[in-house]
Amino acid sequence: MLAAIGAPDLEALFEEIPAELRVRSLAGVPEGLNEQQVMELMYARARQDGRPLNFIGAGAYEHHIPAAVWAIVARGEFYSAYTPYQAEASQGTLQTIYEYQSMITALTGLQVANASLYDGATAVAEACLMAVRANRKSSAARVLIPRTVHPNYRAVAQAATGGQGLKLEELAYLRASGQTAADALAAYEGQDVTALVIQQPNFFGVLEEVDALTDWAHARGALVIAVVNPVSLAVLKPPGSWGQRGADIVVGDGQPLGCPLSSGGPYFGFMATRMDYVRQMPGRIVGRTVDLDGRPGFTLTLQAREQHIRRGKATSNICTNQGLLMIAGTIYCAMMGAAGLERVAQACMARTAELVGALSRLPGVRSAFGTARFHEAVLLLDRPVAPLLEALAAHGIEGGFDLGHHYPELGQALLVCATEARSAADVAAYAQRLSELLKEARVA
Amino acid sequence: MSLPMSEPLIFAYGRAGRGARGQWPVAAAAVPEIPASLRRARPPALPEVSELDVVRHYTRLSQLNFSIDTHFYPLGSCTMKYNPRACNAAAMLPEFLGRHPLATARHSQGFLACMHELQEMLMEVTGMKGVALTPMAGAHGEFAGVAMIRAYHRARADLARNEIIVPTAAHGTNPATATMCGCVAREIGVGPDGDVDLAALRSTVGPRTAGIMLTNPSTLGIFERGIAEVARIVHEAGGLLYYDGANLNAILGKVRPGDMGFDVMHMNLHKTFSTPHGGGGPGAGAVGVAPRLLPFMPLPIVAREGEGEAARYHWLAEADRPQSIGRLTGFNGNAGVLLRAYVYMRMLGREGMSRVGEYATLNSNYLLARLQQAGFVAAYPQRRASHEFILTLKSLAQQQGVTAMDVAKRLLDYGFHAPTTYFPLLVPECLLIEPTETESKETLDAFVVAMATILGEAGSEPDTVRGAPHRMPVRRLDDVRAARELDLAYRPVSG
Repeated sequence: MLAAIGAPDLEALFEEIPAELRVRSLAGVPEGLNEQQVMELMYARARQDGRPLNFIGAGAYEHHIPAAVWAIVARGEFYSAYTPYQAEASQGTLQTIYEYQSMITALTGLQVANASLYDGATAVAEACLMAVRANRKSSAARVLIPRTVHPNYRAVAQAATGGQGLKLEELAYLRASGQTAADALAAYEGQDVTALVIQQPNFFGVLEEVDALTDWAHARGALVIAVVNPVSLAVLKPPGSWGQRGADIVVGDGQPLGCPLSSGGPYFGFMATRMDYVRQMPGRIVGRTVDLDGRPGFTLTLQAREQHIRRGKATSNICTNQGLLMIAGTIYCAMMGAAGLERVAQACMARTAELVGALSRLPGVRSAFGTARFHEAVLLLDRPVAPLLEALAAHGIEGGFDLGHHYPELGQALLVCATEARSAADVAAYAQRLSELLKEARVA
Repeated sequence: MSLPMSEPLIFAYGRAGRGARGQWPVAAAAVPEIPASLRRARPPALPEVSELDVVRHYTRLSQLNFSIDTHFYPLGSCTMKYNPRACNAAAMLPEFLGRHPLATARHSQGFLACMHELQEMLMEVTGMKGVALTPMAGAHGEFAGVAMIRAYHRARADLARNEIIVPTAAHGTNPATATMCGCVAREIGVGPDGDVDLAALRSTVGPRTAGIMLTNPSTLGIFERGIAEVARIVHEAGGLLYYDGANLNAILGKVRPGDMGFDVMHMNLHKTFSTPHGGGGPGAGAVGVAPRLLPFMPLPIVAREGEGEAARYHWLAEADRPQSIGRLTGFNGNAGVLLRAYVYMRMLGREGMSRVGEYATLNSNYLLARLQQAGFVAAYPQRRASHEFILTLKSLAQQQGVTAMDVAKRLLDYGFHAPTTYFPLLVPECLLIEPTETESKETLDAFVVAMATILGEAGSEPDTVRGAPHRMPVRRLDDVRAARELDLAYRPVSG
């Protein structure tokens, strides 16, 4: 090969790199391992983390995933394919995206969806930026975001939109119900508001009064950005039907649809909107069309919104998205269907109700809000949460998410979740262990 | 090398009442009531199909795709190399899949140890002094990098710096990122030999310069020889240097961005470190920084206390890094992708790193030499190719009316994925070709044969090339119709 090139040796291929810049050694990288060695290492690392009984939700939910989902996703033809820019050689990925877009519109009740964003948090950030572009009546670039929205989503939205001068203003919630406070909205009467974000169910698991919030925003010229859990949409009113006119942009994390917890990713963010706003939407979109012979086929479309065409004037800089996870979500939805998904949602609600009942019967534990909820709940404890979670973990139970850092005003508050993946026996085991720990004079 | 033809939509298999009941949870005895005003009125229009319907349908769809596992992808700038299956197997171990991102430290040490070692290895191969793993793609890493550049200037009360310089040949994500960060992109050209036009750079930098975004080797597939001078000019003007890691594969183990004077960079782990592209994602766009940007890194970052057996790992948060640009992802980034990259790097090891750069460059230069012999024209014949190179088909287009797009589409008929076409924009009728280090000489030779055949066809039967592909599930698609008569979902829901 060197002879064909006309180079004396491999080093000659790097002759244009100035000698003083060349790497001397990479002492900080260990020597290579073969596959058997690396798998032994990874088995050991995995064993260190164990398999605790999980009652944490807070934006990432453990569900049963049909075996077929990842058997298909892991096929090389999906797993190792490139972005479907060459449509003729990518019909499998493109048609799957089209089917995915169809399923997301069916779940959310809006007309169009994109081919995925990074995750739920970045989808909220993109939705805020999109709302500023789409709402031409508003010049304030002001987005109201209740404190009942996932704290990490709020933080990401802040980090992602600050550079473009968006003003994200937080709204208080009612201590009695855990819902966004109407009083907080009243402060904005007569002001220019670009968009209102509504999370349903909210971060506390509580159901918000979405109709009233949506109508309030629309009456004042603001767009509504819905942040939803896709599994909940099997039983909850779709954002397209909120209030008189429905939400304008719907986003969320697709993780509950067939994506394992996997330490926080990869998941996928989804986004749907009205047809009127499709040209303001970030990310890839697939359309159905015909080929030269008139046969149906699929292709990426409306690419003039995207960075590889529009460069500095694109709707977003996003290029690589979460394609493979979107495929998992599509297969999951096809497998479960509306009836299966409804069963999942109902099983989650029932199990969480059982969990809240069992735990709040213990002395020193009570439920924070009596409002209707989906599959999470806030519990108030009579002692510090962190040491209790540590003690539970020592017994193989991940007992929930400590709300102290993000919601200090709630006091010693714990967010718990039980999905269909938890059994009645799991709930009983948690209650039993917590009861014993609470009885001890001081937790470890 | 033809593919199966077509497959109906999944919805076409639906029959009322059909479902994969074995996947449904047991019906709950007592489901709490949802207030009527918040309840769904009609079920969503999802398919009603059996498990076998689903498996067969998506398996068939997968067969309509090209992929690395089935085809060679000489796709410039995208580094489509083999994705070792061990990476996937390790990341899919049940303990890793089941680990909640907010789990306690007790149930996190194995995962965090991998992440910390990954940070350390990435620092070593890039010459950077800190690495944050959370950005979820290259463009996301670019956002983090430019946001850090802005935060750095702001912390120094140097508030006027809002211009990001990018070469005209840069990836579209570069100017788009500048905009997302509230900056203005200023483009500068390259000289006839492909290096950055230093005179243009000198006249562009100034008190408004926040930084410059470059990749090296550049998107022209050649090493930017004047990099030290570029760094000097930008630094003296008060700006910082951003390294776009898209082309890191070319120089792995050979030269490090940190040593070239770059202050901040992203790494496309789905390119250089071989995590799968997945039909468009997920990626991972870890960022590395020089010392002066350490305080601004995105969160969270993995920290270690103690050594050896006593080592304990934890996430750093806002309280530890008050000047951070903040949080960019819901949790910890694409953790499963990061695990795959970690396994890949451990398998490559120290000596494997430089092998990547060497064989990627060898394959590229070999393929370029053979294609030139076959009659193709290099855009920069006087330069040494890096891991990729550009052919220009300008004369073919003028003389035969056969464009770069036609050649790319005809390659599909011969079982090769198309090279990158019409990028970078400044070379007319270009093909950007990157073979990667994992392809054999035999594969490269077969590609040369296909290219030579197409060149012959362009003379003897140009309509065959212009009408390609002919052996794919579909022929060229009507993009104009796709954009004008938007059909973006099956049975769209009415407003």
